[in-house]
Amino acid sequence: MANQQPNSGNPRVDIEYRRKKSAEEMKHQVITFAMMIFLTIVAFVAAGYEGFSAWFIVPFILILAVVQVIFQLYYFMHMSHKGHEAPALFLYSGALVGFITIIAFLTVIWW
Amino acid sequence: MSTLAQKKGFGATLWDYLTTVDHKKIAILYLIAGGFFFLLGGLEAMFIRIQLAVPNNDFVSAGLYNEILTMHGTTMIFLAAMPLIFAFMNAVMPLQIGARDVAFPFLNSLGFWLFFFGGVFLNLSWFLGGAPDAGWTSYASLSIASEGHGIDFYALGLQISGAGTLIGGINFLVTIINMRAPGMTYMRMPMFTWATFVTSALILFAFPALTVGLFLLIFDRMFGSNFFDPAMGGNTIIWEHFFWIFGHPEVYILVLPAFGIFSEIFAIFSRKRLFGYSSMVFATVLIGFLGFMVWAHHMFTTGMGPIANAIFAVATMAIAVPTGIKIFNWLFTMWGGSITFTTPMLWAVAFIPSFVAGGVTGVMLASAAQDYQYHDSYFVVAHFHYVIVGGVVFALFAGAHLYWPKMFGTMLNEFLGKITFVLFFIGFHLTFFIQHFLGLWGMPRRIFTFLPGQGLETANFVSTVGAFFMAAAVIVLLINVVITTVKNEKVGNDPWGDGRTLEWAIPSPPPFYNFKQLPLVRGLDAYWLEKMEGKQGMSPAEPLGDIHMPNNSFIPFVISFGLFVAAFGAMYRADYSWGIPVLIVGMLITLGSMFVRSIKDDHGYHIHKEDLEDNNDKGVKA
Ligand code: HEM
Ligand SMILES: [Cu+2]
Repeated sequence: MANQQPNSGNPRVDIEYRRKKSAEEMKHQVITFAMMIFLTIVAFVAAGYEGFSAWFIVPFILILAVVQVIFQLYYFMHMSHKGHEAPALFLYSGALVGFITIIAFLTVIWW
Repeated sequence: MSTLAQKKGFGATLWDYLTTVDHKKIAILYLIAGGFFFLLGGLEAMFIRIQLAVPNNDFVSAGLYNEILTMHGTTMIFLAAMPLIFAFMNAVMPLQIGARDVAFPFLNSLGFWLFFFGGVFLNLSWFLGGAPDAGWTSYASLSIASEGHGIDFYALGLQISGAGTLIGGINFLVTIINMRAPGMTYMRMPMFTWATFVTSALILFAFPALTVGLFLLIFDRMFGSNFFDPAMGGNTIIWEHFFWIFGHPEVYILVLPAFGIFSEIFAIFSRKRLFGYSSMVFATVLIGFLGFMVWAHHMFTTGMGPIANAIFAVATMAIAVPTGIKIFNWLFTMWGGSITFTTPMLWAVAFIPSFVAGGVTGVMLASAAQDYQYHDSYFVVAHFHYVIVGGVVFALFAGAHLYWPKMFGTMLNEFLGKITFVLFFIGFHLTFFIQHFLGLWGMPRRIFTFLPGQGLETANFVSTVGAFFMAAAVIVLLINVVITTVKNEKVGNDPWGDGRTLEWAIPSPPPFYNFKQLPLVRGLDAYWLEKMEGKQGMSPAEPLGDIHMPNNSFIPFVISFGLFVAAFGAMYRADYSWGIPVLIVGMLITLGSMFVRSIKDDHGYHIHKEDLEDNNDKGVKA
């Protein structure tokens, strides 16, 4: 993984390349971190502002939350890197099952 | 390294099994415990059939009948079928992928002990004021109204054993993803391993729904909440949804491993590659996926409305497609093969028509409008016994005969095996075929007796006669096991002669480290490939080296025991003053032993290369 220290004795490991990768990675993390703080502020503002109805605020905040989860997973937990296919598969399957459950409860039981 | 000792006293053996983390020994534990609960559930089934043999019978009272019926279903699903399936998964799957153990041997043992203590807790209800009596589905309004502690035993016991199942499922997933031998790509994995994989994924996603449902039930019954009480603003239907979101995947959790076992059997005893391997994999995954989209077909009559009913009806019928793919693949595997009708093969061949009959009634039930007629009648009872007995139980019998040599190093007697098969096959159809008609004639499910003169006498009597055939079959199997164990004639690596997958390339039973050197897998049916090229065994993928092994541990037993104690405390909290202290002590035992586990470094040990060298394959002690 690109952010690891070169700890293998293999001479073919390209330290230069790794450095560059890590720097890039770092840049992405800083950017997403700033974005996440910004989104959090937006969420607070949306909730605090009198003029919006609950029908707008709730779905809006939920969307922001989903975006934050994706940032978290891909930029901080490195899900975009190689070798994370199986966790990704199970994560999405789990999310799908959970989502279906909630939709069903909303539509079949309480609608 | 107690496994190296040649002769051991009873105490040492017992201690070895209490502390073992070896997947092969845990498999044997699952087999024994699951087998015991299977006999218990079978006994309950006999009581049910005796009670219903004649009209107006008073063999058991109505209340006791409800308890027996509930415990029969609960025991058979959670404490017999699942653990027995886990026994074969544990025994075979790591060998099939060429691994030395599962990914987390400690957790494997924890999973077993949780299941075991959960099961014991549930069954202690018989001696402590009465068993649960609201059916294995324990629908909320009924289960909350139920007096005594029966339902508490159900909720707490299943919670504990469910945690064990969840742990086991995750363990299998990690094992299959990470521990396949060199060359064992996903598309070279044996079908049983694939079935284990998909089943474990289903466990991972389905069991949390049960856990949540059970917690809500526990809170409602023991801690004064009102999730399911409409009078207090709750909703009783929520339980049904949670239960079936778990419950329908559960039936596939049971039957997919059965499919896996039969896939192995068809290939071995037809001496042919499994027909349409990739479509089999595809169908298994698709069944797993669709299995989550259909739970509400158990609730057509609760008033979900025509739209929801239609959606779930269509989704349910869709499952028949991948199932059909599998059936045809098995038939084509046999087609043109050189078939030998060994005992496992007899079960496999008999499984096809039996299971298809259950699938057909399933599609009938899936049509929501028709289901208003069938629902809660004996027609449903016939349906699920055709799929569960004709699918799962047949597979368990077949698997027991097929894998007995791999697990114990001895062959079950083939002649007695065939007698078991014939008796059971006759008994099964005699018992359950007629129940379709009982249902259509209007006999409701879960009634403790019926009146004379309503045309139900003969069919019920026939059904009871069938049950005695099945009981006789099980007794013959037990005799077979005893005879085989006493004779103790050891067999070689590949006792069936036509083994195709890695487990048949190593001794029976395998040495405790399984593979001296990890095998190199060059294709599907890895061992068969090597045999066809005239080789004796697998070519190794690594030089001989030290093998890292985990140490035995008693901690899993203690963790599970703590929860067992805590469950009693939680249950009797409201009745006795010692309830709370016992709850706390139990949790302390559990958390304390978990703490010990996490601070104590246990790096395991190494088997040294030199010890492996002078220990040729035959002289392996197990
Ligand atoms: C083509 C496949 C299948 C279809 C379409 C199907 C459909 C159904 C439907 C609609 C019901 C509800 C009937 C009612 O209560 O009115 C049902 C019940 C049931 N099915 Fe299936 N089924 C299928 C396969 C299976 C399999 C493979 C198993 C187990 C291995 C299974 C086990 C059960 C059980 C245990 C119940 C009854 C649960 C209860 O109420 O206690 N089914 N099935
Ligand atoms: Cu179902």
